[in-house]
Formats: sequence, C-alpha cells, structure tokens
Amino acid sequence: MKLIIVGQGKIVFFLARRFASKGHFPIVIDADREDCLWLAQKQKGLVIEGDGTHPRVLEEAGARECQALLAVTPHDQDNLVACQLAAGMFGVPRTLALVNDPENVAAFRQLGVRTAFSTTHLVASLIEQQAGFDQIVNLLPVAEGRMTVSEVSLEEASPAAGQTLAELGLPAGALIACLIRGEGVLVPRGGDRLAAGDRLLLIGTPASYGPALRRLLGKEA
Amino acid sequence: MAKKSLYVVIVGCGRLGSYLANRLSALGHSVVVVDKRPETFANLSVEFSGFKVLGDAAEWEVLKEARLERADCLIAAAQEDNVNLMAAQVAATVFKVPRVMARVADPAREQAYHHLSIETVSPAALAGDLFVARLEQAREGGRA
Repeated sequence: MKLIIVGQGKIVFFLARRFASKGHFPIVIDADREDCLWLAQKQKGLVIEGDGTHPRVLEEAGARECQALLAVTPHDQDNLVACQLAAGMFGVPRTLALVNDPENVAAFRQLGVRTAFSTTHLVASLIEQQAGFDQIVNLLPVAEGRMTVSEVSLEEASPAAGQTLAELGLPAGALIACLIRGEGVLVPRGGDRLAAGDRLLLIGTPASYGPALRRLLGKEA
Repeated sequence: MAKKSLYVVIVGCGRLGSYLANRLSALGHSVVVVDKRPETFANLSVEFSGFKVLGDAAEWEVLKEARLERADCLIAAAQEDNVNLMAAQVAATVFKVPRVMARVADPAREQAYHHLSIETVSPAALAGDLFVARLEQAREGGRA
C-alpha cells in the first residue's frame, strides 16, 4: 500500500525502510532539507521536503491515493493537523499519530485520530514488562545488551533474604557486584549473608538474568 | 453596558495575543493569557489585570492550568497555525468551551478547517479583502 510518513530524523528513515522492505510504498514528508537529502540518498522511496501539515504539500505527496498517513514529528499539534487534513481533505482511511504528551492521547482520539500512540506509554510499558515489578530498577544494558546491570531490592519474602551468597548459588554469568545496606556499601563475598532491605547491584548476561532473579526474588522478571 | 464579564483564555501573547489580552482586560473581562516564551508577557500593559500561564498550549497540563473548563471563550492567537488549530479543537471538544476562535495565518489551512466547528480568522484574508475593498471604493469615488 501507499502511505505517507510525516516527520523528521532517523525515525522517519527507519520507518520508511521497514515499510519498503515489507513491500509497501512509503512517501516521506520532512521539513528539514538536510534530512531530505540524506533520506533520498539512503532509500529509494519518494521524499518530499516540506510542511506535512499543509494541504498543498499533502496533495503533492499524493495523499488522495494513500491508504494511510503516519505522523511522527516531535510536535503534537503538527501530528494532529497532518492526520486531520489527510482524513478530512483527502479521504485517507487510516491515520496514525505519535503523541508526545501522553496526556494528549485521549484528546487525539476524541478529535478523530483513531490510532494515537504515546512513546512515553510505550517505553514505560516495555520497561514494566522487563522489570515486572518495582523491586528491580535501573535496568541498564551494556555492551550492546550482552550484559545487563540492575538494582534489585530484597524484601522479607524474598528467598535470598537470610542466605549467604554461597548458599544462594547464582547461575554462571550472573554476579552481585555490590551490596547496599543502609548507608554502607560493600562488595560481597561468598560468606556474606543477605537480608531483607538490602539493595543488590546485579550484573548478568541475558541468559543468566532470569534464573538469577528467581533465586533472589522467587520470581522472574 | 451592564454585560456579564467573561472568562477568556488567550493562547499566544505575541502582537495579536497581547493586543487582545490588553483590550479584553480593559473591557473588564477576566483574561488568562498562555505563552511558552516568558519574554512575550512584556507585551502586556501595566493595566492588564489578568493571569499569565507560562507553557506550551499543545500540552494538556498547560490548558488545565489555564482553567479551560471554566472558560466562556478561547481565542487561539499563537504564531503557529497548528498550535491554534489544536488548542481550539481541544478547547471545544474536550473542555466544552462554548465559544472558540482561532487565528489561522494560512488561508489554505483555514479553508480545510471550515468543516470543523471552529470559528477561524485569517488575518491575511481579512487584510487582503480590506485592501481590495478600499481600492474599489477609491476607483468608484474617482469615477463619480
């Protein structure tokens, strides 16, 4: 299908490439000249330099024949207007808008943008899925995600509370690098006993991460 | 003139926004003016007795801070057409503001919004019509 992407920067490039690779025909409208030059070199689809919230530019992009418009600029007002013009003036059947202010999502839907998505919501829900609960914070991927660093808090009910590190038997690939107890910080050894209220800095490979969390908290992220 | 004083929210405190805010405040209305650029509030007269809200009118929180749900009228007079179109629609649809007007600089965009229930004012079209009318008047006067 033919679809218009209104936006700027890398997100537009990667979206266009993704749609093109699935056999669609993306048309990019970007207000930034340098962005456009770069996009035109890097991908085969049509790139239009201009204001994607202007009726004339949308017309030029062939909005009338498009099945969808995706507005992903960093400005909510521009995303809203691009979608409304596409639907109202050119009869584009599907409009999707990025909503930068998460509190605007409901307003966008009331104003006729059927699919309004908020990056804040998306990222927050991704992190929640990863972490699962608030006992784990600061999930930080290092070395392109081959290692993960996170902070884990032990509660009374955590199976690791009361055990020494040696008894705990963390899986290979996982390590408790640091133990934070009250004001004190120590690098624990095998004989050190963990207690409820301890905060642990856990470093591990993705494979060891789940099993290590199960040992510490009795549940997996 | 014992007309009821209105609660008016004005988006944008540039030339047009501040002019409106000063005039409406002088007429005795309660005015709240919203702008994301603090320096624009210097455009308000010393007599201006309304409130200033610093923030981007495209953000929900900012419109809430302006107490839009209580407003009798919103006038969207920011520089950016799209900010005006969005603020006006959110005011009318979500906050149920009874009277909503928006300045839309680009006549092409203004036309596109005719089908929506927003009153739009295009300064370019207004000024243009005025110039044409005066020119015609002068011609007719010359002939007579």
